[in-house]
Amino acid sequence: MNLLLQKISLPLASFVLEVDVEIRNRVVAIFGPSGAGKTSLLDLVAGLRRPQTAFIRFGDQVLTDTSRGVRVPARQRGIGYVPQDLALFPHLSVRQNLLYGRKPAGAADRLFSLEHITDVLEIQSLTARGVLDLSGGEKQRVALARALLTSPRLLLLDEPLAGLDTGLKAKILPYLARVRDEFKLPMLYVTHNPAEVSALCDEVLVMDRGRIISRSPASESTWLKQAEV
Amino acid sequence: MNAEAWQIVWFTAWVSILSTIVILPFGLAVAWLLARFEWPGKSLVETFVSLPLVMPPVATGLVLLQMFGRRGFIGGFLHKHFDLDVVFTWRGVLVALGVMSFPLLVRSARVAFEGVNPRLEQIARTLGAGNFRVFCTITLPLASRGIVGGILLAFARALGEFGATIMVAGNIPGKTTTLSLAIFQSVQLGQDPQAYRLLAVSVVLAFAAVWCSEWLLRGKKH
Repeated sequence: MNLLLQKISLPLASFVLEVDVEIRNRVVAIFGPSGAGKTSLLDLVAGLRRPQTAFIRFGDQVLTDTSRGVRVPARQRGIGYVPQDLALFPHLSVRQNLLYGRKPAGAADRLFSLEHITDVLEIQSLTARGVLDLSGGEKQRVALARALLTSPRLLLLDEPLAGLDTGLKAKILPYLARVRDEFKLPMLYVTHNPAEVSALCDEVLVMDRGRIISRSPASESTWLKQAEV
Repeated sequence: MNAEAWQIVWFTAWVSILSTIVILPFGLAVAWLLARFEWPGKSLVETFVSLPLVMPPVATGLVLLQMFGRRGFIGGFLHKHFDLDVVFTWRGVLVALGVMSFPLLVRSARVAFEGVNPRLEQIARTLGAGNFRVFCTITLPLASRGIVGGILLAFARALGEFGATIMVAGNIPGKTTTLSLAIFQSVQLGQDPQAYRLLAVSVVLAFAAVWCSEWLLRGKKH
């Protein structure tokens, strides 16, 4: 991943989100307490919010540059987003949800084909059902599959295990690991669970009140102490 | 009922349906803009849209008469360039019904649009959908019950319109007479049986429309 976030300034309810960071590791956790600005940061990367100032570049493409009036629309960013509330479309079936953003299959797209993704996430049997009939864990996997079917260049996961009980978390975590290993996508992973950081991520950025207060390899234990301070 | 009464019923029904169809795209657009965006002058537009609900219908009719008469700025334009007259024709009925029922459609549709979680629309955009596709595939279907409720309310309001219609279109038998006007005229002329027959038809049509509307809105809550 080569994601550059510079001069980010986005006023939020009680503070201003101010970030200046270059992210190079593949799976990076954004760790911090609720209300630290983690979701807002993902929204900015996805193109769902208008910052006061920002320069955001992913790879060679400038996604946002407020100084030059550049703002690539969310639909053209090629960024998959699984929000915390999953945002599955309640009036559509699982299959219709999955196919909503599917790109026309290319020759090299077997990796991101419906068959392969539903196979990896073990949701083939769910496709005919309505999303309101799914369990919490099934919804998580369907939302993840829907994002993957857009063949994204970058995957944003906003607390994908929040709201699940401990048993279900233990079941879903291996699926996330499979997605990480199978699709080899760069991922930004928002969480406030240290166990998920250790299990899935290469690096961790600790956020508090709109700022990144530390960054370190996820394998080190020092970041958690800094986060607690 | 005699042939004249049936003609009045059919005329009222189709002109009410037509006015509802004509205001639908405008009503949805205004409701969507009010529900989803903040812009300068928004409260003015909100107030303007609601005016026909609170103004005396006859006063609204007088405004329309001035606008759509041959010396009015819209009526004059239509007469000069398209040889179309609005006042005292079925088009006048259409305009009066549309204007009077517009606020009900906008209010219901606005509440329906506000009930759609904007996060769903945002995530649809990250899935590659443009604004039009998001509106057609996410916003509209999820707001559909409220919108249909609003359509039926607007239709019911159009069915019962009296004050604005008589100002703009008059009460010309076979041309602009609607159910409400015919009931009023029958009572004035002492033709009570005719008035009650038309009243019964009005009640059936209005009851069906409001009942459907309530049923749909109740379904949305559940």
